Amino acid sequence: MDPVTLSLLVPLVTAVLCVLGWRSSGLQRFLGVAGMAVLLGVALWLIAATAGGEILVVRFGNWPAPFGIVLVGDLTAAIMVLVSAIIGLAVAVYSLADIDAGRTRYGYYAFLHFMMLGVCGAFLTGDMFNMFVWFEVMLISSFVLMSLGGERPQMEGAVKYVVLNLISSSFFLAACGILYGQTGTLNMADLAVRAREYMQPELLTLTAMLFLVAFGLKAAVFPLFFWLPASYHTPPVAVSAVFAGLLTKVGVYALVRVFTLIFTADLVLTHGLLLAIAGLTMVTGVLGAVVQFDFRRLLSFHIVSQIGYMVLGLALFTPLALAGTVFYLFHHIVVKANLFLASGVAHRYSGTFDLKKLGGFYAATPFFALLFFIPAMSLGGIPPLSGFFAKFAIVKAGLAGDTMFGGWAVVLAVVALAVGLLTLFSMTKIWAEAFWKRAPGGHAPHPDRVPWGDRVLLLGPIAALALLTLAIGFFPGFFFAFAERAAAQLLEPQGYINAVLAP
Amino acid sequence: MELLLAITIGVLYAASFYLILRRSVVRVVLGIALLSQAVNLLIFTAGGLREGASAFIGPEQTALAATSVDPLPQALVLTAIVISFGVLAFTLAMVHRADQSTGTDDINELKSTDT
Repeated sequence: MDPVTLSLLVPLVTAVLCVLGWRSSGLQRFLGVAGMAVLLGVALWLIAATAGGEILVVRFGNWPAPFGIVLVGDLTAAIMVLVSAIIGLAVAVYSLADIDAGRTRYGYYAFLHFMMLGVCGAFLTGDMFNMFVWFEVMLISSFVLMSLGGERPQMEGAVKYVVLNLISSSFFLAACGILYGQTGTLNMADLAVRAREYMQPELLTLTAMLFLVAFGLKAAVFPLFFWLPASYHTPPVAVSAVFAGLLTKVGVYALVRVFTLIFTADLVLTHGLLLAIAGLTMVTGVLGAVVQFDFRRLLSFHIVSQIGYMVLGLALFTPLALAGTVFYLFHHIVVKANLFLASGVAHRYSGTFDLKKLGGFYAATPFFALLFFIPAMSLGGIPPLSGFFAKFAIVKAGLAGDTMFGGWAVVLAVVALAVGLLTLFSMTKIWAEAFWKRAPGGHAPHPDRVPWGDRVLLLGPIAALALLTLAIGFFPGFFFAFAERAAAQLLEPQGYINAVLAP
Repeated sequence: MELLLAITIGVLYAASFYLILRRSVVRVVLGIALLSQAVNLLIFTAGGLREGASAFIGPEQTALAATSVDPLPQALVLTAIVISFGVLAFTLAMVHRADQSTGTDDINELKSTDT
């Protein structure tokens, strides 16, 4: 067995076992956490096996590469699988205290693991159509997680989420079909070779735009993000945390993959467009967040603005910028999921998500206030936390002057800094409203009303993720070295192509 | 044949987008169903059409004949049909549940989570 196959087999087997054990909620809860822990072990093995620059290739049914479907584990994919497993484990533990008995009985843990299967599959696949199938696995499970419970706000959010994601899937599928018609292959490495030899690069760029719409909708970039703040705050907190951490980032990963490996013929047009999208995404997202007074809606708008930074790194297309994107992905998934988990604790203690009604948390539970403070300041980019180094890499790449956009890259770097300031402003808004302000009547925080065991299960994952944020912040060199090696692999796809197409 | 299919695909796309832009949730779902049919035809046409040719290896042959049609787009379409069937079944169930918990079919009234 190799770690690539195992990272798909573990969530699949766990999900099937959860379905088989549907009569026993206790068994499902145990399997839900144990499966994630095993997946984390496998992901660490995968990262150890790819850290030196090796590219692991698994051929389905041993068919040679351009004909059969391949799974490819390079360093970028391994990093993404690792961070997914970390978030998966944190959310599974948190779910023990957050997900009610009804949702557990109707298969919450099974669908959580089916979704992890789709996410890991999308990261590891080396075939465009296979990626579409993994996207569908991920989407249909996320549809169920979104609507499980059937409360009114959930269903309203789910209708928008489902419809817009299905439209995006049909764009993705149409793009796959047209790409196959043009090049006669769907294997990504083979596509990279044929795209470089293709006679009419303009037509390939046209197909690239279809992929840009499809992945852009999933990644929630401007102007395709409207479904996200309308739906992410409606399901239970554990669900919105795993969605906020992972799902949009699968779209970003897919953008990074196709716009480094396949569509590099007309860099000024495609990456210039990405540059403009990145700037508009950052600005609209953060401006949307500044006016919000619902804890989770504010955080949802921040997902949008942070996606802009990652796309900016991809658009600048220098080694430092791409390393910044990979580092940003890792940092952002950890921090954003953690902030959503923290919003759930605030809700459990006081019974509301409304920042105007929240208050007094710093006086009532200083420990929880500290746990919120770390990811919030990291999102705002305060040194020495992880967000500072992520933003630093991207802004430095923009100011460096070795990009193909010259002055525009500098403009975007300045925009990124200004957006960082507004991010910090809205994080301090949460801090001032929920933590520092005296509690208004009716919703004072009461940690003692939550049972002791539940408090451990709720705060444990938050503390672990906050420690990880601190670790990234205090040892950025160690983590950034991985991101740099991953970016080097992305920018020099010949190694990837050789590994996949080797006989 | 390509021209006829291209026009059909265009009409299907136009009809599905018209339905998706309607206010009734059920019409939106019908639009999505039409959209997946349009995409399936698009893949089929983009993969190359050849009249009267089969996509499989005949009983006396050991490899695909030069005159046969590429089987891969057909396999893609088959997979896409199965996926869109499952997704459509889920969407219908979800719309039914949404109708039960919100009591309306009008998208414009499903905006309490937007503000």
